[in-house]
Amino acid sequence: MAGEKSITFRVRRYQPQGTKGPYYQDYNVPYRDDEVVLDGLNYIKDQLDPTLTFRWSCRMGICGSCGMDVNGSPKLTCGTFIRDAGRGGVVQVDPLTSFNSIKDLVTDFDPFMDHFAHVKPWLIREKEKPVAQGEYLQYPEDLTAYRQQSLCINCTLCYAACPVFQGDDRFVGPASLAMALRYIRDTRDQGAEQRFERISTEHGIWECTFVGECSVVCPKEVDPAGAIQTLKLMATTRRMRKLLMPKSAPR
Amino acid sequence: MDRLAYDIVVVGGGAAGLRAAIAAAESDPKLTIGLVSKVYPMRSHTVSAEGGTAAVMREYDNFELHCLDTIKGSDYLADQDAVEFFVAHCPEEIIQLDHWGLPWSRDDDGKIEQRAFGGMSVKRTCFAADKIGFHILHTLFQTSMKYPQIVRHDEWFVTDLIVENGAAAGVVALDIRRGELSYINAKAVVLATGGAGRVYEFTTNGFIKTGDGMALAYRAGVPLKDMEMVQFHPTCLPGTGILITEAARGEGGTLINKDGERFMKTYLPGKMELGPRDILSRSEIQEIRAGRGFEGPHGAYVGLDLRHLGEKAIDERLPMVRELAEKYLGLDPIHEPIPVRPGQHYIMGGVSTNMHGETNVPGLYAVGETACVTINGANRLGSNSLSECLVFGTATGLSATTYAKKTDWPRGTAAKEALAKEEARIFGGLMKREVGKESVSAIRKEMQQIMDRDVGIFRDEKGLTDACAKLATLRQRFADVGVADKDRVFNTELTQALELDFMLDVAQAIAWSALNRRESRGAHSRTDYTNRDDANYLKHSLAFRADGAPRIDYLPVTITKWQPQARKY
Ligand SMILES: Cc1cc2nc3c(=O)[nH]c(=O)nc-3n(C[C@H](O)[C@H](O)[C@H](O)COP(=O)(O)OP(=O)(O)OC[C@H]3O[C@@H](n4cnc5c(N)ncnc54)[C@H](O)[C@@H]3O)c2cc1C
Ligand code: SF4
Ligand code: FES
Repeated sequence: MAGEKSITFRVRRYQPQGTKGPYYQDYNVPYRDDEVVLDGLNYIKDQLDPTLTFRWSCRMGICGSCGMDVNGSPKLTCGTFIRDAGRGGVVQVDPLTSFNSIKDLVTDFDPFMDHFAHVKPWLIREKEKPVAQGEYLQYPEDLTAYRQQSLCINCTLCYAACPVFQGDDRFVGPASLAMALRYIRDTRDQGAEQRFERISTEHGIWECTFVGECSVVCPKEVDPAGAIQTLKLMATTRRMRKLLMPKSAPR
Repeated sequence: MDRLAYDIVVVGGGAAGLRAAIAAAESDPKLTIGLVSKVYPMRSHTVSAEGGTAAVMREYDNFELHCLDTIKGSDYLADQDAVEFFVAHCPEEIIQLDHWGLPWSRDDDGKIEQRAFGGMSVKRTCFAADKIGFHILHTLFQTSMKYPQIVRHDEWFVTDLIVENGAAAGVVALDIRRGELSYINAKAVVLATGGAGRVYEFTTNGFIKTGDGMALAYRAGVPLKDMEMVQFHPTCLPGTGILITEAARGEGGTLINKDGERFMKTYLPGKMELGPRDILSRSEIQEIRAGRGFEGPHGAYVGLDLRHLGEKAIDERLPMVRELAEKYLGLDPIHEPIPVRPGQHYIMGGVSTNMHGETNVPGLYAVGETACVTINGANRLGSNSLSECLVFGTATGLSATTYAKKTDWPRGTAAKEALAKEEARIFGGLMKREVGKESVSAIRKEMQQIMDRDVGIFRDEKGLTDACAKLATLRQRFADVGVADKDRVFNTELTQALELDFMLDVAQAIAWSALNRRESRGAHSRTDYTNRDDANYLKHSLAFRADGAPRIDYLPVTITKWQPQARKY
């Protein structure tokens, strides 16, 4: 990575088996205009300090593993250019807030996995159609109804941006709730009832105060905030319908 | 240390591993299945596949044609019985994924839509915009969560296989987060660890594709088959190696040189940009060598022109292409051609298996990119490999189930011994050594550059001999590699060292197999032996691990109905 320009990377370090608490370490990183923050971190790991610890794999914004706080906002480091991040003269990299750091920039991902599994993120059918009978028909407009929420890469940037989750980690949280909507809106799915039971709860959709930061930071335009608003409306309508027409409970 | 045991251990949470685990779970709910993956499953590199997955779905298509395209594409090195099995089972896998919720792109009649792909003679590739891998992976991963009998070990890194009385008996794995080794006993072990693209420097493959499963099997005495067959994809972004999907050409994109000419008319007028990848990659290099490439900061390149498709078609059918070009190159393909050049993409070779996923070690299976069945032979057709992960994922999950059900638990001391050996190698050796003159990053880079230069698109005796010698030196130097980070928790310096160790084995197998195949076939293009030589080389290479250089042997190709012919398009 020979470039004429260089910049300071200020990286938050934390070694669980070490004696110090978290601290910041500065590194001088040369860069070109087409290089991203992840390239800078890899330069540090390969050339300066092999102990620096972070996750990454695809470096094309699709595996969701390289999320970190860059100058205070949650970003995919493989999609954030050093030239943009470094405008203030320093690129400061912290682990995503909201989750505990395991080591350096690696956060504990298990709490997210638990919330995600909670919404039953799989297609639910009362009766499965045998494979030999072919596909379920679905028209292009049916696809449009849930496509946006199906694009979530599980990067958890939205959790890092969510003040509600920061205050209460029992909150099911933006990406998981958006995933619930993804399946509820899928014409092939029949699991809405089961999912509303899980999410129309104190720590589900009703805990969201519609700050909307989750949708601002989402790199895939999933709009979890919008999804939660939609779910609130749907939940309310279902409740009304049940009160008025107890026998025709929606599926 | 945990004492863990499952009927079946699946190593790898990509398309192949997940499909195998689900097949096993569905066929017998009483079986316990351990799913071990060095990354959370949805990070697996299956996620990056863009274009689509092949299957005969409509009246205009038929099995014979899909077989013929695949076999011709393979330059007659595919095993034809395996291809026939594969083609017949693709459609049910597509439907199954529909039933599990995959957001397929649809035709107006509500059925799954198909697009054109290189080397496929009709529209045969099912897709989900240009994010098929992402959707297959997330659909399978999310579906796998329904089965309580699938127990995941996320971010566990398998370092060794346990073999007892000649049969697979489990794995030794490092829990990355805790920094501790454990053994996991199993009646059957399925390796689904993906490809090995990271042995090259310029590659479309993610950082985690380091050939671990190939090396694990190789070390357990399983041969690696057809390792010289490495696919280079013709449209990768210079600098990063990020892939621009073949669907861009399927949808009508063209390749141009610096004079704005569609140069494929010189090399492959019959198919133009929809020719197979090996031919396109070679044509680009020849065009660049003839001085007709563009010059850029990362070297010479050619142009992928989508301008004539228009904004609407690009946004609807190739949104990720536009996103990648805008994000990583700062250009909009609606107005400018995208700079591209060939890069390593896929390994046709791998752990030698039959079409049930079985290796020569009882109880040890391999599937997906890490395996070599082989339906891909000397050149894989785009969109056949996800289907391969699905079809053979199911088949392998089922054969592992049958085997596990009639097999007893391993009783001996092999697991304990393997664990002790790995403790000594990893925590007693590698972790104790200080960082001296040899580092993981330096040796890795040298290996990658040797592979790019001498074991790349064009090869010859001199370059390959040189590469084999240099790789042997790197192997010796690796013995002096130490680790600076002494904190066991989440030690990625350690896992990178273990991956490099695996990659050095894989690189040697590739280079030696390439040296010994003195002909040109499919992706293996020798400038000193430019013709295909069926008399001597209509056979699979097998590399066996030995002290020093691998031992190379051969295996006949299975021919059913399609006699080898000149590969003309
Ligand atoms: C950019 C790109 C685009 C592609 N596009 C297409 C396409 O359009 N159509 C198509 O058919 N094919 C495509 N391919 C090829 C196809 O995506 C891959 O061949 C396929 O996804 C491989 O899947 P897999 O399950 O074998 O491996 P992977 O998805 O790579 O999964 C490997 C798994 O093994 C685990 N693992 C590895 N080593 C260890 C270890 N030591 N211990 C524990 N776990 C381990 C990993 O954690 C991971 O879960 C593309 C490939 C690339 C790179
Ligand atoms: S909703 Fe967006 S920010 Fe949240 S995990 Fe999904 S992709 Fe990431
Ligand atoms: S490395 Fe995969 S999203 Fe950044």
